[in-house]
Amino acid sequence: MATLKILVVDDEPGIRSGITRILRNFRVDYPFMDEAFDFEVLEAATGEAGIEIVESNQPDIVLLDNKLPGIQGVEVLAYIKEKKKNIIVVMITSYASLELAVKATSDGAYDFIPKPFTPQELKSCIENITKRVFLKKMTHTLQDTGKQIRFTFLSVLSHELKAPLNSIEGYLKMIRERQNGNKLEDYDVMIDRSLDRIKGMRSLILDLLDLTRVESGKAKRNIAEVDLVMIARTAMDTMRPYAIQRDVKMNLVSDGKIIIQADAEEMEIIFNNLISNAIKYNLDGGTVDCTLARQDGCIAITVVDTGIGMSAAEIEKIFDDFVRIKNEKTKNITGSGLGLSIVKKLIDNYSGKIEVISIPDQGSTFNVRLPIDKPCL
Amino acid sequence: MNHSNYTILIVDDDQDYLFQLQTKVERFGFKTITADGQREAEALLEKVKPDLAILDLMMENEDSGFILCFKMKKKYPDVPIIIATGVTAETGITFDVNDENNRKWIKADRFLDKGIRSDLLKEEIEKLLLQNSI
Repeated sequence: MATLKILVVDDEPGIRSGITRILRNFRVDYPFMDEAFDFEVLEAATGEAGIEIVESNQPDIVLLDNKLPGIQGVEVLAYIKEKKKNIIVVMITSYASLELAVKATSDGAYDFIPKPFTPQELKSCIENITKRVFLKKMTHTLQDTGKQIRFTFLSVLSHELKAPLNSIEGYLKMIRERQNGNKLEDYDVMIDRSLDRIKGMRSLILDLLDLTRVESGKAKRNIAEVDLVMIARTAMDTMRPYAIQRDVKMNLVSDGKIIIQADAEEMEIIFNNLISNAIKYNLDGGTVDCTLARQDGCIAITVVDTGIGMSAAEIEKIFDDFVRIKNEKTKNITGSGLGLSIVKKLIDNYSGKIEVISIPDQGSTFNVRLPIDKPCL
Repeated sequence: MNHSNYTILIVDDDQDYLFQLQTKVERFGFKTITADGQREAEALLEKVKPDLAILDLMMENEDSGFILCFKMKKKYPDVPIIIATGVTAETGITFDVNDENNRKWIKADRFLDKGIRSDLLKEEIEKLLLQNSI
């Protein structure tokens, strides 16, 4: 039996004693968990007292009222999220301030319970959290072995692979049922969309192969002298048909050859991704400038586009696996969401750095630095 | 039931699924309005009150459908909502829609698998609309 500590921060004594009473003999036990949980309830009447208990007693769960006499619940939430990331916070809130509770969940609260709540509602909520705490514990154990990352990756991957299959299947069914009548040309849009989804899936698989290579293929790396200018030029040539279609102009600037000791294929992956993104997320009639230079013992690669740009929040996520920026401007752009994560991993392997500067609707600049013989600043 | 008297809101960020579902629902005889995400749906709901909504779960964020459902129930408590789930339910990492407690909390009227057969989907929609008109 494990005991979870629950801290109730509420200025109404009735709520505090009620929660203590409801949870006194409550236990959570599931077949899939190898241990059962019971609960110890700690009480605080103010946010200040709550923070003290958070510091001294390390609760697992905090049930937090927002309207408190001193500092407000959201401030306690902010404190916990900054200092004690592992504590799960649930907002207790009156129905009128649900809006706030929803906002609090986006600021890091796990859930919210509207007041007044029934004992059953409280128990359900605590039960959920207990399962989550259990899963979190499991996650930590798995993470140590790297299995978790693989698991997450595989589940997202299965999602990414199934979505196009589902949509193609849907179209095929519509065609089989002759939903638009008997003329073949009335199905052109469905066929084109299916082909697009297949194309997207193929590019996902190609990216996956790149990723596998990055993560496991170190032994196969073929390090030799590579001219990055040539690789950049080849990447641009490959993309040229697409650039012409979008009326995007590409420029390459460098002082002669830029030689580095690297695996040519890996360098190709980096340039292909950065340049194809710069075209893909550009505006029709835009430009892509790729500059290569030697700088303080490093090679500086800059790819600048005049495209749709990104917000600060979007930039934070773009190097993660399967992240695609979803908004009005990107809704017709396809991609696997793996390109930049592969680029980042490759650059890390060379002890290099990649940075992004971007302004929405003006464009993005990707700065890459690769060390020649010493670490880059 | 005169289907053409009912407007059904469909929200999904996969434009193909959105199109396919819209075609299906229109073939049942219903009027449809669509949105490709939580944000667009919220804007649409400011102007229109549909008779029923079918929402995808994982859109801008992994729980967009849930938030949208929550907000919609607050604005139009009487409009039945179907949450169409597909792949997220299987991963077990994101929001678990098969969990009884989560379901209670989300307050959606039905959770249906995205691959549901047309005739069953039609039945579910009719059932919810009828329930509502009583």
